[in-house]
Amino acid sequence: MDKLSIAKSESVWNTNNKVLGLISSALVLLFCLPLFDLNSFYLHLFIMIFMHSVMAQSWNIIAGFSGQISLGHGLFFGIGAYATSFLFTEYGLSPWIGIIIGMAISGVIAVLIGIPMLRLHGHYFAIATLLIAIGFSLVFRRWDLVGAASGLWIPMTAIDSWLAIQFHTSKVPYYYIFLIFFILTFLVAWLLSRSKLGYRLRAVRDDSQAASSLCINVSNYKILAYVISAMMMAPMGSLFAQYILIIDPATVFNIEISIIVLLITVLGGIGNIWGPLIGASILIPISEYTRIYLGGTGGAVDLILYGLILMLICVFRPNGLISFFHRDVLQRKKNK
Amino acid sequence: MKILRVENLSKSFGGIKANDNISFEVEQGTILGVIGPNGAGKSTLFDLITGYTTPDSGKVNFLDNNIFGLRPDLISSLGVGRTFQKLKPFADQTLLENVMIGCFVKESNIKRARDKALEIIDFVDLIEKRHHLARELSTGQRKRLEMARAMAIQPKLLLMDEVTGGVDQKTVPGLVALIKKMQKAGVTIITIEHNMNIIMQLSDNILALDQGRSIAYGSPKQIQNNKKVVDSYLGTYNAT
Repeated sequence: MDKLSIAKSESVWNTNNKVLGLISSALVLLFCLPLFDLNSFYLHLFIMIFMHSVMAQSWNIIAGFSGQISLGHGLFFGIGAYATSFLFTEYGLSPWIGIIIGMAISGVIAVLIGIPMLRLHGHYFAIATLLIAIGFSLVFRRWDLVGAASGLWIPMTAIDSWLAIQFHTSKVPYYYIFLIFFILTFLVAWLLSRSKLGYRLRAVRDDSQAASSLCINVSNYKILAYVISAMMMAPMGSLFAQYILIIDPATVFNIEISIIVLLITVLGGIGNIWGPLIGASILIPISEYTRIYLGGTGGAVDLILYGLILMLICVFRPNGLISFFHRDVLQRKKNK
Repeated sequence: MKILRVENLSKSFGGIKANDNISFEVEQGTILGVIGPNGAGKSTLFDLITGYTTPDSGKVNFLDNNIFGLRPDLISSLGVGRTFQKLKPFADQTLLENVMIGCFVKESNIKRARDKALEIIDFVDLIEKRHHLARELSTGQRKRLEMARAMAIQPKLLLMDEVTGGVDQKTVPGLVALIKKMQKAGVTIITIEHNMNIIMQLSDNILALDQGRSIAYGSPKQIQNNKKVVDSYLGTYNAT
């Protein structure tokens, strides 16, 4: 066989049976975990890890795949939270439908914001997203229809309800709902990374001029990435609202949300689908444990730790922790 | 058959005329060499034809399509490929992935796009480097990568900006041979070159620019004997 035939006979994707086995085992373990009678704190910890992984994955789509740094991505978290809560509070609409409507509204807002803003480059785009997010927060603080600064108190159902996504006796149902969303999101990101769209988004990220020479409409692809990313973020806002049953602009439009998803992704590895999971698995426990052990008096310790970790990552591992296993390293082994 | 017709194409940046009423035609299947001293407007001409810079005036017709002022992606989708003077590989992706992105223009199926990309990589003699990240390749290999990526969109016309620039002497003959091979594969080529030996060897026709203006157009022999061209290179001809 000549070299071309050998190359063509290679499998399209590198499938590592060890990694597949590890992922399958981890999934089985995650599904079985609540059966081990985990206490409420650990369930909450896992729920937060799942939620932040999804949020970071959403940010990873726009920043890691298409190269646009958004500093106001928490905006879509807030939109999702308000869409579900408002529709349930005012019209009794099931949050499941609210999630879909929240995703749709986020998608539309992403298009409306994206058309003018994605023509901006680099820092200008990042600053614009930050200001838009602050703008939305201010609007919701003054919007009486959605409770203004007081926010919305979601009416509690008398009993646990899957239809209303309210569970008062146990966190286990929430655990499974967040887990399912976590798996679905990673599946979408995984499929996206291996699709024609994923290849083209990475081309836009790496060099937009070269991408244009390959018939890629750079603006349209950036907008598409922004829409996908926004629609991925919104359900987390919706589910979070159902989880805590009270929302206000200071909580769900908090700029800290945008920053934490950025930190998680940068820590784990930007542009890699596993980066958000790795980042969330490290940062969220730090956040939760410092909250428990240091409480209000040491509340900023988690932020100091975040800063320290970020500095270490920037200096020693700029491609995030995933770079320990990144294909760059694997590639070198293969090329030897 | 004329594949490209450029008429009175002009572009100014402030008070500087980067391209001033440039007109020429390119016959299908031929290689047109574009020469001129630094700052003559060669790369600007490429940018105007491929849509990276919007022209002030003139006409650009590609296969009877008016491509004047169109976006780069629309022009490339009509079949005009290009490479860049300053190389623009997708650095964190492998050679294979770089070329596959181009193949997606004509093929949506991943496996078929990959097979097509491998054929093109084999065409540019880099099959053994297919899994290397673009940033790990040498300059000569990255030049081949850009040529392969441009070929992936199956262009009818390919504009190549200084293919042999910045590479060592041993690499040059291989790149020249590759350009000839691409021509034989049916691609019409416009190439910017500084090396006179190469341009004379490669081109069917040559367009000479100086200070944004076209000073000569003709066969390599005609250009070689053109006084304006000789003077512009030796510094005595003044286009104004």
